[in-house]
Amino acid sequence: MSVWRALRDEVHHLGVELITVGLDSLGSRGCRAAIEAAAPTHPALIDTHHDLARLFGVVNIPQSIWIDEAGMIVRPVTSAPPPPVVDTGAPAGPPPDLPPRMMAIMGEAAHIESDPARYHAALQDWIHRGADSPHALSPEAVIARAGPQSAERALGHAHFELACEAVVHDQKAIAVEHFQAAHRLVPDSWTYRRQAWSLETVAAAGPFERFWQGPHPDHPEQWPYQGDWLTDIRAEGPANYYQPWKA
Amino acid sequence: MIVYGQTIEKRAFEAATGWTFKPEGACKAETCIPLPFPTDTDALPAIALADAMNLPLVEEPRMNALAIGPDSLGGRALSSAKAPELCLPDLDGKQHRLSDFLGQKIIVYAWAPY
Repeated sequence: MSVWRALRDEVHHLGVELITVGLDSLGSRGCRAAIEAAAPTHPALIDTHHDLARLFGVVNIPQSIWIDEAGMIVRPVTSAPPPPVVDTGAPAGPPPDLPPRMMAIMGEAAHIESDPARYHAALQDWIHRGADSPHALSPEAVIARAGPQSAERALGHAHFELACEAVVHDQKAIAVEHFQAAHRLVPDSWTYRRQAWSLETVAAAGPFERFWQGPHPDHPEQWPYQGDWLTDIRAEGPANYYQPWKA
Repeated sequence: MIVYGQTIEKRAFEAATGWTFKPEGACKAETCIPLPFPTDTDALPAIALADAMNLPLVEEPRMNALAIGPDSLGGRALSSAKAPELCLPDLDGKQHRLSDFLGQKIIVYAWAPY
């Protein structure tokens, strides 16, 4: 979150507003700590039912949508890595006392590919040149590049929204059923999977409990989902986790 | 969108989906779908509406709720490059609309705390 605040503060005077949207069926309870820590100067919104997935086709985070002054989308959902990190000389790597699963997760995450320099160069070009930027797409190209939609996926979105509503009302068993249906019908959505997995917290993970996203080490038979973060990232390949930038 | 009971508030449906009700039916961009019931009331029959518009519907009787999913016109997540309206709260519960920020370039960033 803090990196988005820094970006907003850098470009706001150029006529740009940045809006962050936290996708979490736990609502403000889930998003509050990160938002308060960042103390954003921009609108920091909370999307309890993942409206961004249904309306725009968001399937992973971080992803962005660029919209011009007239309200026209010029870049549909795009993987949006944080700005390139300045080397501070701080030691890299995970803390040494993490549980083995968290070490494995961080090991796989290290192989996730993204190209922050390319994304942010394109973003800055659009910010400064507007419609003259080659990165601002035509309406036809925006629609063509938007994610897929189908009757099955639309049904999956309905199941997912209902699952989130069940979470809001503490109806966990009902939520799990609808999350399962959504995962089956919208299989490429990492956010739909991670949302559900993140609610199966494991105390052994300590401060990383929402990132455990897999079976409890002592009761793996109780895991209600077909996949989990480690299994799925290994099956799909960390290099395929984010869609590459398209010129 | 989530519906409790059997009827759906017309204005809420329009705001959530981008469809608008006109004398000729439910309309979005160049598409109008005739409806087999009058639409000059504040509340519309939810199941009949979803059926007539071929929208996915999931009923959850344990919550007395149902969910109506988005349309799948055109086979893409966006049927128009015009940004759909988005209305979401901040930490204080204040609602913000995407349209509140028109006149500026807008970058929407999706993130999650998990």
